[in-house]
Amino acid sequence: MVDVAIIGCGVVGAAAAMQLARRRCSVLVLEAENDVAMGTTKANSAILHAGYDPEPGTLMAKLNLRGSLLAAELCEQLDVPRRQCGSMVLAFSEEEREHLRVLLERGQKNGVPGLHIVSGEEARQMEPALSPEVRGALVAPTAAIVSPWELALAMAENAVQNGAQLLLETPVTGLSPVAGGWRLDTPRGSYTARFVLNAAGVNADQIHNLAAAPTFTICPNRGEYYLLDKSEGDMVGHVIFQCPTKAGKGVLVAPTVHGNLIVGPNAEGLQTPSTATTAAGLAFVAAAARKSVTGLQLGASIRNFAGVRANTDRDDFVIEWAAPGLLDLGGMKSPGLTAAAAVGEYALELLERAGLSAPAKQSPVTTRRRVRFARLSAAEKAELVREDARYGRIVCRCETVTEGEIVAACHSPIPPRSIDGVKRRVGAGMGRCQGGFCGPRVLEILCRERGLSPLEVPQDQAGSYLLAAQTKQEGSER
Amino acid sequence: MNGLYYDVIVIGGGPAGMAAALSAREQGAPKVLLIERDCELGGILNQCIHNGFGLHYFKQELTGPEYAGRFIRRLDGAGIEVWLDTMVLELDGLCLHTVSAAGGYRVVRAGSVVLAMGCRERTRGAIGIPGSRPAGIFTAGAAQRYVNIEGYLVGRRVLILGSGDIGLIMARRMTLEGASVLACVEVMPYSGGLARNIVQCLHDYDIPLLLSHTIVEIRGKNRVEQAVVAAVDGDRRPIPGTEQVFDCDTILLSVGLIPENELSRAAGIAIDPHTKGAVVYENMQTSLPGVFACGNVLHVHDLVDYVTAESQRAGRAAADYAAGQRREGAELELCAGDGVGYTVPQRLHLAHLDKTVPMFFRPRRVYGTCAVVARQNGRQVGRFRRERMAPGEMEQVALPALLLQDDGPVTLCVEEDA
Repeated sequence: MVDVAIIGCGVVGAAAAMQLARRRCSVLVLEAENDVAMGTTKANSAILHAGYDPEPGTLMAKLNLRGSLLAAELCEQLDVPRRQCGSMVLAFSEEEREHLRVLLERGQKNGVPGLHIVSGEEARQMEPALSPEVRGALVAPTAAIVSPWELALAMAENAVQNGAQLLLETPVTGLSPVAGGWRLDTPRGSYTARFVLNAAGVNADQIHNLAAAPTFTICPNRGEYYLLDKSEGDMVGHVIFQCPTKAGKGVLVAPTVHGNLIVGPNAEGLQTPSTATTAAGLAFVAAAARKSVTGLQLGASIRNFAGVRANTDRDDFVIEWAAPGLLDLGGMKSPGLTAAAAVGEYALELLERAGLSAPAKQSPVTTRRRVRFARLSAAEKAELVREDARYGRIVCRCETVTEGEIVAACHSPIPPRSIDGVKRRVGAGMGRCQGGFCGPRVLEILCRERGLSPLEVPQDQAGSYLLAAQTKQEGSER
Repeated sequence: MNGLYYDVIVIGGGPAGMAAALSAREQGAPKVLLIERDCELGGILNQCIHNGFGLHYFKQELTGPEYAGRFIRRLDGAGIEVWLDTMVLELDGLCLHTVSAAGGYRVVRAGSVVLAMGCRERTRGAIGIPGSRPAGIFTAGAAQRYVNIEGYLVGRRVLILGSGDIGLIMARRMTLEGASVLACVEVMPYSGGLARNIVQCLHDYDIPLLLSHTIVEIRGKNRVEQAVVAAVDGDRRPIPGTEQVFDCDTILLSVGLIPENELSRAAGIAIDPHTKGAVVYENMQTSLPGVFACGNVLHVHDLVDYVTAESQRAGRAAADYAAGQRREGAELELCAGDGVGYTVPQRLHLAHLDKTVPMFFRPRRVYGTCAVVARQNGRQVGRFRRERMAPGEMEQVALPALLLQDDGPVTLCVEEDA
């Protein structure tokens, strides 16, 4: 029996796993997909919010503030791309200017530092691309952008390095109490744990319902995005929000840590989670975003995507005991990404209060360093290639990713199993050609390093096969 | 960093780069360096195993690899240095930052540079097809590489979006490899490819070409399962009620090529918004003195034979520049007028023209009998009859240099017979 089993390895599950693995307790992470960060974590606005949105006194408010501080530390320690670029909430009318004051006041109550309101003129001086219609803006200097899947990966890798066991492609199908804990059934066998953390994202209600009477319902809510070419990456410097409505924080325009420009999302309630994009949704996003940044070049889009928010029928995060020993970490809607690191910390605190004995480890791994060739100086590049020639071979030309980086990822604590798994780790295929050129090379390296056949490597999740068959094999298979 | 110097450095070892390097050497450049990012010369020709190459240049029908092979053999013993598996990271004036596994990080200086990096394919993201994002959506060229170079079939039931040449070629290729190609869907009312490819790759295999249609939704969780196709109106907007569903596991995109000019842009070279390639003079020189451009990095060509001819001009001019020759004096601008999508070149040095000035362009739409007319300040300086023109086929006219004066821009337009 392990001390703690964690269901789901998105950014919340990974954060909890990292916290627990740094203590003297055994940790098992069960993830349904073939990689970590495969749900909401990999498809969202990639913002670490300053914290003026949540109502004071809520878990959201507390964990947003704490999470944003923790994320800053973690990104530094674990070498995750993060940039504190600040955010602006735009007002286009007197009514919205009034709303900025509400946000300011709320933010001040929540303890958000540096919040202030500027005029439309001042806003345009800070961001020349803003619409002439902007009447004012709330500036939050502590807002930041981050690579969400890299943050989750870094925390999950850290957990694994500190002894947590991660099982991919292991969906939990049954959850039942046993003496002193819980039994978790999966297609790969059953596991027992004293405590269970439910970090199953948009499926958190279903996991909860396996073991307890329903207490909350996930109402999946889809947001669609454009990701624009790096040529548009400096269109704005801040994260540009519009005034939030009941539907969400509205359509934003923001730089990404990878140098692109992200535009979105809309908000659409769904019966079942779907990450398909729609013509109507994208058209809405385009029109709404142009209200903030009139000259937006959506023709420079390199990818559309959609993510699903784990909205619930509650206003706050659902962090509570579903049953003795089974802790829900559910309803991680915005600012879930920002709060994640703090949710992990808070989960540890709740587990200890409930009797988990987890004294600090002697010297857990707390840092990570990766080579990112494109970010090195010329002299550093030269030195690196002298040491290891594989860093001299550029595989992804759009993002300047080397064979050395891909090989390193293939031997990392959580090696990739798919083409997109490599993309999330090193950025190959993230650029303007979307892997058209580097795909075959990435496949070749992944197969070589992991001992796989090209026919068994999926594009992304299990079942998303890339290649159908070898050519010239007529009769052998069909 | 060492002090390597070459008279002419050519970036890209496809058909454009090879021709430019050879011509630069023939023109007398003592030291020529050809840099290729792949492990072999030949560029995209290596995966174009179909025939149809070389009819103009070699007066023979060759496959892509054969066409490339002839230039690779010419390079042998031509006294040209070739760096394979080498990436140019930065172009800083006439100084190049390169990296390779074998050679490490090298900074090289050049007397002149020829850009010949080719182009890339437009992707799903660029055209924003809604729907889910399963595996099985490939650009036609990427699929071509998997099939022809890597030896893998990318799918069994295929729908092709866009009727660019690679898409048409892949319709035939996939059919020959045993896949079912359900249709080729083209949003425009005419094909973007060569007429001969429509006949030889679609008609000959009974593959329907759906003009004025597009994919409005992609369905499938893990792998493509369906594509919803609809007719479009004159503004290319889908017409509700015309949807038809294709059960397919693969979608190939042949929706345009984009010259790959990130290096050029970062170097500050002026880019033509229509061609997405550099603005060039009659000798293929870009706005950055000493830097020349040719082939698909300059504008997307229909036939490699024309790439070769253009690149030879660029190579010779680069050698002349490295030897100290400069083109200066009065300049003329060439403009695309009615019916003309773009022109290459876009500028001329009036004092340095040959007897005739070759001018390349693509018509904006399909034309029947018509005339291509060049005018300068209201004065006709050239009139060229055409039986038929289509956007899928590049057009060329030769302007008589004698008629051009220092008298404002020259505009090229298409005039239909009344």
